[in-house]
Amino acid sequence: MSRPEDTLRRRSDRNGWLLSAPALALLVFAASGPLMIVLVYSFLEKGQYGNVIWEFSLDGWVGILFSRDIFDGTLNLADAHMTIFWRSVKLSLLTTLITFTLGFPTAWFIATRPPAQRALWLFLMTIPFWTNLLIRTFAIGEILRTEGLINTALLKTGLIAAPIQMLYNEGAVLVGMAYVYLPLMVLPLFAAIERFDMRLLEAAYDLYASRMQVLRHVILPIVKPGIVAGSILVFVPSLGAYVTPRILGGGKNMMIGNFIELQFGQGRNWPLGAALSMTLLVIVTVALLFYVRAINRSGSGGGSHG
Amino acid sequence: MTSQDAVTAQNVVKSFGQGKVAVRALDDVSLSIRKGEFFTLLGPSGCGKTTLLRLIAGFEMPSGGTILLDGQDVTTLPPNRRPVNTVFQSYALFPHLTVRENVGFALKMQGRDRAEVEDRTNRMLALVKMEELADRATAQLSGGQQQRVALARALAPQPKVLLLDEPLSALDLKLRKEMQVELKRLQKETGITFVFVTHDQEEALTMSDRIGVMSAGRLQQVATPREIYTAPINRFVAGFIGETNFLPVTKGADGARLGCGAEVTALGEGPVLTVRPEQVGVVATDQPGAIAATVDTLIYFGTDMHVHLRLSDGAALVARLPLPPGGDPGIAAGDGVGVAFAPGAARLIGD
Ligand SMILES: Nc1ncnc2c1ncn2[C@@H]1O[C@H](COP(=O)(O)OP(=O)(O)O)[C@@H](O)[C@H]1O
Ligand SMILES: [Mg+2]
Repeated sequence: MSRPEDTLRRRSDRNGWLLSAPALALLVFAASGPLMIVLVYSFLEKGQYGNVIWEFSLDGWVGILFSRDIFDGTLNLADAHMTIFWRSVKLSLLTTLITFTLGFPTAWFIATRPPAQRALWLFLMTIPFWTNLLIRTFAIGEILRTEGLINTALLKTGLIAAPIQMLYNEGAVLVGMAYVYLPLMVLPLFAAIERFDMRLLEAAYDLYASRMQVLRHVILPIVKPGIVAGSILVFVPSLGAYVTPRILGGGKNMMIGNFIELQFGQGRNWPLGAALSMTLLVIVTVALLFYVRAINRSGSGGGSHG
Repeated sequence: MTSQDAVTAQNVVKSFGQGKVAVRALDDVSLSIRKGEFFTLLGPSGCGKTTLLRLIAGFEMPSGGTILLDGQDVTTLPPNRRPVNTVFQSYALFPHLTVRENVGFALKMQGRDRAEVEDRTNRMLALVKMEELADRATAQLSGGQQQRVALARALAPQPKVLLLDEPLSALDLKLRKEMQVELKRLQKETGITFVFVTHDQEEALTMSDRIGVMSAGRLQQVATPREIYTAPINRFVAGFIGETNFLPVTKGADGARLGCGAEVTALGEGPVLTVRPEQVGVVATDQPGAIAATVDTLIYFGTDMHVHLRLSDGAALVARLPLPPGGDPGIAAGDGVGVAFAPGAARLIGD
């Protein structure tokens, strides 16, 4: 009853698992180990000098949405926290949108160069990575600040009488994040566009599609995997961004990443920090699920009756 | 330019590149394609067939000249505003759409209402016998099936002219023969003008109402398959379509004088005589008008044999003869024989 080919397949299956076991073990441990620690910490009581006390407590989780009144100990909805969450999501979505708007034409341009030139353009795209993120962010600050490049130029040419405040607001954070994450959008878009069969453009054009219809009904649906990948690569790290909002947003424009850091630093509230980290994870997961769902729905059938 | 013509090209020139590297893909092409005809552009690879088709479709603009569709100047109109559709050599089906969605694409782009799109799509699917696979992804289709979808997609918006760029070249021989019949049927049923491109002379001869033979960016001859075969206008056309003999001639007393001194009557005018092998007869040496020749070799092709002959001046000539019922050809290499051309078969042409 056992055919030779089955035996062979079973054996090679087993060997496959055995061979990848060390890698899998490392992956599982590396991915879930630290996460478990964070999860456990979020259910402990905060210590006085940071650290945690090993006693079960929900204070960390409650602290995400509520703050305790110092005087009577009642719980109130923490507006400041809500503002930070909302700002994080909003800025991340905007960053994704901006990088897509700038990245799509860029990727299209690169993918339509002669093959020999593409490598050069891609290489140029990676140049910013040669410099430390911190330094690049400071450089943007240098351009935006009151005595910075833009303001100096505008003042010199007499276009403005007094410097414009461009730094330390959400706009500055947005500029910084769009700059930092743009290559992460361009690369997957490029990979998708490069695989796109340009002859389909002529076919669509021949079949009475206008330029906008070609974009909407042919190009975008076909390069969708690249759009999905690029958006995820930009949105997820944007949500947890720390350096950019810290340097370009100043103290008043915190995002979740800064808020978490605050709990582990000055705030001395590790359980809250841990609970916030887990919340960030949940937000990312939910956002991705939403996104993938929406994409799939507008997918397959979407070209015809959408 | 009468409205009898679906497509008119007037002195069309197309060059690619500039200066020294410029390629003149089309050189002063003038052409009229009649409404409802199956017109074939035939020529070797690189002669400019695709370029001419792309100019008619609107993917390229001519460097000079005018293109008319149905009597209207469309020279500078973009493809999406010309009542012309193309069946691409690579099919270029949309991979993200089903068969049905591919076929309905043009109608949807034109903003037809949903009922009309559905109705016309169904009729097109029936026309190419693809109803059963309507909801498949195009990647799951065989080459022949993709071909049918490409045809239905291009026919759905009822173009005035359908352009087909070597649509059968990717198919194997059997499928190709089937699709040739199929294409003829579709053209008859729809009444749409077909402009078909091929480098395969047999395909051109069997399918077309008229053929335009191209070479090196120039249109050499436009005529019916029969005319092209029996009355080629020049050496290129005669040589490209079917097999033929070329013999240099000079003007004789009352006809053309061959190199060996014999005089033959031939239609046309020019320095070269052409005659198809099947029009060359091997006869007795003493038959009146027979030209003396020697048999070089005999090559058998099943029911036929090719007799390679040599005239007294050394000129080579091939005759194709049916094999006699007994199988014995009655001649052998080295024999001295007479050669006679079928009446009206020899023609004089330009070089
Ligand atoms: N886009 C182009 N750029 C430069 N040369 C071209 C281009 N398209 C065609 N050619 C040249 O024009 C000539 C005719 O090409 P084409 O029309 O494709 O021939 P065919 O279809 O008969 O094989 C060829 O020499 C080809 O190299
Ligand atoms: Mg071609």
